[in-house]
Amino acid sequence: MSDHELRVSKIRSGTVIDHIPGGQALNVLAILDIDGSGGEEVSIGMNVPSDRLGRKDIVKVEGRELSQDEVDVLSLIAPDATINIVRDYDVVDKHRLERPGHVSGVLECPNRNCISTDDEPIDSKFEVLPDGVRCEYCETIVREDIPDRVRSA
Amino acid sequence: MRHDHLVTTKQLSRADIETVLDRAAEIDADPAAFADRHAGTLLGLLFFEPSTRTKMSFETAMKRLGGDVVDMGSVESSSIKKGESLADTVRVIEGYVDGIVLRHPRQGSAKMGGEYVDVPLLNAGDGAGHHPTQTLLDLYTIRENAGLDDLTIGVMGDLKYGRTVHSLAHALTNFDASQHFVSPESLKLPRGVRYDLHEEGASVREHTDLEEVLPELDVLYVTRIQRERFPDENEYREIAGEYRVDAETLSAAEDDLPVMHPLPRVDEIAADVDDTDHATYFEQAHNGVPVRMALLDLLVGDSE
Ligand SMILES: [Zn+2]
Repeated sequence: MSDHELRVSKIRSGTVIDHIPGGQALNVLAILDIDGSGGEEVSIGMNVPSDRLGRKDIVKVEGRELSQDEVDVLSLIAPDATINIVRDYDVVDKHRLERPGHVSGVLECPNRNCISTDDEPIDSKFEVLPDGVRCEYCETIVREDIPDRVRSA
Repeated sequence: MRHDHLVTTKQLSRADIETVLDRAAEIDADPAAFADRHAGTLLGLLFFEPSTRTKMSFETAMKRLGGDVVDMGSVESSSIKKGESLADTVRVIEGYVDGIVLRHPRQGSAKMGGEYVDVPLLNAGDGAGHHPTQTLLDLYTIRENAGLDDLTIGVMGDLKYGRTVHSLAHALTNFDASQHFVSPESLKLPRGVRYDLHEEGASVREHTDLEEVLPELDVLYVTRIQRERFPDENEYREIAGEYRVDAETLSAAEDDLPVMHPLPRVDEIAADVDDTDHATYFEQAHNGVPVRMALLDLLVGDSE
């Protein structure tokens, strides 16, 4: 049993998101809209030593199997994350993230003159570019600092 | 393209643009033939920021087609002040009219407004975003004066915030145009616009000095550099002075080089240009009426 597995307990059934860049676990939860209010058991390992990433975060959500569509949006902040679906302590499915074409409601537009930042009944909408995202309302492109644009949980 | 919204020039194909310009030319040639074409059509004017000229131009266009307009009036006197969302406003007004013209300070407002209504919605400027009807009248003017293919155009002034510039640049990617952008370093094209032009394979060059390109231009399009873009009055004066055109400047250009400007100008084109063959900006402003008539004819109401 390796070092990091000791720090975050195994789950019985649910989803393990591994290889998240160090420090991004809370943004991962924010993107997934998991804040504990749904009653899910959530374990977080932050800045765990990793051969591949130096330091990485791990998120485990007990009792919930996240779908490919739900997790693909994580590719914006954690492109190398791996998703393991666990049933009765066995990994039954593994996903790699694929970049979605569009993301809705997850990011906030940095342009304060954008209609999506006003009090209107719309979700933000971004087109996903090879190297960033672009607001579908005001067309502002965000390349760096995408984690800072994750809507507050 | 009937019963569609006009949000950005990016949505327009070359064929769409030519349909509008051809219709505008028909109207220009024989306005009387269109005088009663849209009797009974009612157009809603929703101007959330003042623009007397654009509003009057739409009003004139609708009335010259035999229709009429209703005007929301100024924001100060309307329910917007009371905090109504734009999404609600357009849904209410849609029940009154056959088409909506929207000007709003927020980028993306026309796109959002269009998501909520079934009547055609025409973007008359969304903040620093798009102003497609201005672009179509610009294209009409360019076509009349220089032609749209094999065109070398210089666009000078505030390229960062100037929505007319962005809309025009997108539209010209449909044609065989070389675009030269002349501006101070601090007012260059924004990244998003450069990205699109690059994606569309446009021929684009950027300059800080008009002299570099002036002799080879077929059209020079000048825009205003606004005082409020600069923290310092002296810096503004100095930079604005470098991007000012007068009859003397134009002696280096082709004799018949059309000089365009979306107006209003302050002093970026000197009054001594008005008396030369270069001055095309008043003709350009007048073209707003036939071009907007063409758009209303194609998009709003039931034309035969
Ligand atoms: Zn935006």
